[in-house]
Amino acid sequence: MSATVEEREPRVSTGLALLLLAVLISVLAYALAFLGLRGTLPKELRVYAVLYMAGSIAAWLVIRWTARRADPVLFPLAAVLGGLGLAMIYRIMVGRGEPSFADEQALWLLVGVGVFILTLVLIRDDRQLDGFTYTIGLAGLGLLLLPLAPGIGFEENGARLWVRFGSLAFQPAEFGRILIVIFLASYLSGKRELLAEGIGRFGLPRVKDLGPLLLAWGASLAVLFFERDMGASFLLFGVFVVMLWIASGRVGYLVLGVVLFAVGATLGYLVFSHVQARVDIWLHALEPATVLDQGYGQLAQSWFALATGGLVGTGLGQGSPTLIPLTASDFIFSAFAEELGMLGGAALLLLYVALIGRGLRIGLERMDGFGKLLAVGITTALALQVFVIVGGVTRLIPLTGVPLPLVSYGGTSRVATFVMLALLVRVSAGPWQRKAT
Amino acid sequence: MDRQIRRVGIGFVLLFALLFGQLTYVQVVAADRIANDPANAARQIIAEYKVERGVILTRDGVVLAESVPAEEGSALLFDRDYPQGALYGHITGYYSRIFGRSGLEDAMNEELSGEAPELAIQNLSDLILGRPREGASIVVTIDHDLQTAAADALGNLPGGVAAIDPNTGDILALVSNPSFDPLEISTGTDRAIRRAWKRLTDAEDRPLISRATDELFPPGSSFKIVTASAALENGFGIDSTWPNPHRLALPQTTNQLRNFADVHCNGGSATITLLEGFVESCNVTFGQVALEVGAREMAEQARAFGFCPTFPPTQTDCLEETIPFVLEFETGRFPDPAYFADQQPLLAFSGVGLDNDLTNPLMQALVAGAVANEGTMMQPRLVTTVLDPQGRPVREYGVEQFSQPISDETARALTEMMRQVVSRGTAFSAFADSPCRDLVAGKTGTATGVESEAPHAWFTAFAPAGPGQRQIAVAVIVENGGGDTEATGGAVAAPIARAVIEAYLGGCVRE
Repeated sequence: MSATVEEREPRVSTGLALLLLAVLISVLAYALAFLGLRGTLPKELRVYAVLYMAGSIAAWLVIRWTARRADPVLFPLAAVLGGLGLAMIYRIMVGRGEPSFADEQALWLLVGVGVFILTLVLIRDDRQLDGFTYTIGLAGLGLLLLPLAPGIGFEENGARLWVRFGSLAFQPAEFGRILIVIFLASYLSGKRELLAEGIGRFGLPRVKDLGPLLLAWGASLAVLFFERDMGASFLLFGVFVVMLWIASGRVGYLVLGVVLFAVGATLGYLVFSHVQARVDIWLHALEPATVLDQGYGQLAQSWFALATGGLVGTGLGQGSPTLIPLTASDFIFSAFAEELGMLGGAALLLLYVALIGRGLRIGLERMDGFGKLLAVGITTALALQVFVIVGGVTRLIPLTGVPLPLVSYGGTSRVATFVMLALLVRVSAGPWQRKAT
Repeated sequence: MDRQIRRVGIGFVLLFALLFGQLTYVQVVAADRIANDPANAARQIIAEYKVERGVILTRDGVVLAESVPAEEGSALLFDRDYPQGALYGHITGYYSRIFGRSGLEDAMNEELSGEAPELAIQNLSDLILGRPREGASIVVTIDHDLQTAAADALGNLPGGVAAIDPNTGDILALVSNPSFDPLEISTGTDRAIRRAWKRLTDAEDRPLISRATDELFPPGSSFKIVTASAALENGFGIDSTWPNPHRLALPQTTNQLRNFADVHCNGGSATITLLEGFVESCNVTFGQVALEVGAREMAEQARAFGFCPTFPPTQTDCLEETIPFVLEFETGRFPDPAYFADQQPLLAFSGVGLDNDLTNPLMQALVAGAVANEGTMMQPRLVTTVLDPQGRPVREYGVEQFSQPISDETARALTEMMRQVVSRGTAFSAFADSPCRDLVAGKTGTATGVESEAPHAWFTAFAPAGPGQRQIAVAVIVENGGGDTEATGGAVAAPIARAVIEAYLGGCVRE
């Protein structure tokens, strides 16, 4: 690997133009959602537009100030995803007559931008993080398992994900996952040569190198079995296997990872009735018994929303996404696909494809292993999360409830995703190897 | 490392390609099938309520059903309103998001919801301009004042009234008691709609069923119009004479056919004319007429008037379409000739509207209408015009003839017989002080259904008898005489028909 650092600076105008476009789309979506729902523009449209513009410009200025050579596309993508998500949350909550829940999410979006700025200001060079491998790893594991702690952890919808301190409740695993990705980037970049050694022509890993793989598998199973969170468990394991494969360059890890996933999934299916139920609903989503069952009918409702939306959708504010239980969180993609149609849903997915593409490109361009692994790890976490939830609500795969990054209802997830993006922006600022092609 | 990152990229592209594929399948390829799944009813209804459904208007411009903007916070854009309430319950029907549609709301749904082919261009421009779709309006033949008069005349009595224009078949009034307010099951909270539905469907007097068109009752003596037609069409004159025993001994049985209240007709004389038997409503006379005319001729005559052949007790439903009508309409019933083959006495009973003869007010009004219209029976017409949202007519329903059950000559003879029922017969007292008395031709009926219950009181009439520009044919039933065991058609039903006729003819003041 040649370590020539290439000086380059993205054109200021490109990033700013994209950002203004993102703000315009966000505010327009908000206005159209109200227009479709109520027939009138929202009263606070100006306040909304000014706040959205101010928050975006502030974050953009901080990027210019702290990470001058950073990727210009990442933040505009975050701004438009967050703006579309908030517009839809307003549309759903106003449709339900509970607009205060949407106000709360607007606040969380501002907090998210604040944390994004804070992350960039505090972490001036991502390689700072490389020095605390095990501290970060332990902290990550601790956060993952924190909901199991008696007294502060509690259950909701059958999964033990939440922690409460006083009046503040959040899901520590969202942040734990970020720390685990940083830990893995640090650990794997240090152990690359060792892990790359293999036995025989298939390059199977040596038994003593299996340790970390089995540990990660164990941690994922612990999340699945004790917190009963299928989504988080899958994301954790998936990110780990991909990062291990990239670091080692050995396909054997990927194969072994898939086998272990199959074993874990089968175990989960055999042991937990709720895992069986998910598969059952997935297979029989449109059968009357499933549709009529309260809660189980949500997948059918999601399909009805998609099918009613058709190619071009009903128009923002003019569909009936509130018929789906949990529309604003797990099923927000279905709300988009109903009101903006297949074209709108595909456009939303393309925004993620662009984000993922930028993330992988940042990984390719980075000179050092840590930066590469961090960028690709974060990107993989986001990509798998989008695939799991969109695949789930469109009935491509059994549904596991994870938030659609930056779009779904949920404060912790929103803030955590902004931290991930701040790290990605930081990693994108260099140092680079020769421009990747 | 870079090689793996590129492969991860390819992997993600494949995963997202799966998502795009699935999205295309659900939203484009299989979209119609999934969206039309019965379990998606909520969305289908919301889509229906996005249309500003058309108005139902009477011929004189009274609004019977209209769409009004729904209240703030409702999932629906429009609610259905029925300004006239229960008065037109069986005509408009209901438009319920939970229990579906009935009446004109159902029969004319394609037009009211704007799906009729005539509105295609309108729909396209609405779609392009982003306007909500508007349905077509329909104009019905009902005369609002007459409908009100008929409902007032019937009052709280259970029963039905049908009034038509004999020359066109236009329905002028169509009332059934008890009725229902369609608003209760069309608009409101789900709970209120379900509660109202349960009350209406549990009620023993079945208010959702129209006695004027959906139910069937024995016609009793009002069926003698048909029997007399058969006699006149088969060569018996108005003055033909018939033996006049006190009671009619029947073949194959010891049963006898008795006159109403077991009287001896025509003052106990030895013979009686067809006219006198009709005016006094003699069962003995008309039992003989039916037996003499024969089962085949009786059945043919009934069929020509639109009565549907049945074969009781195995086949009592009508298996063929007889008289077309926009609403649910049970046309009358008369047994197939084969039914009488080895039970001749029943033919005598059928001749006086008992046994398995069945009818309802609309059917009877059509029969009277044929007599009024020189022997030509018109198809009943309720909807005349479909109007586009700008009020321009886009479809007209013409006047259609149903049949020619009797000749012009027979019609004139029957008219004379029916006039005398009013001027000196069983309906005399009801019309004694009516300014319309000389213009009305009618026939009473008092039909015993079940022995223990009070008889159904009938009156079937038309006016003015003889050539007139503005004619009306009307039939009234008071179910079980309103509970009065002494009720007769002349005493209970005829005054209601009189009120309707007087209302329509403006008190019969000659110019």
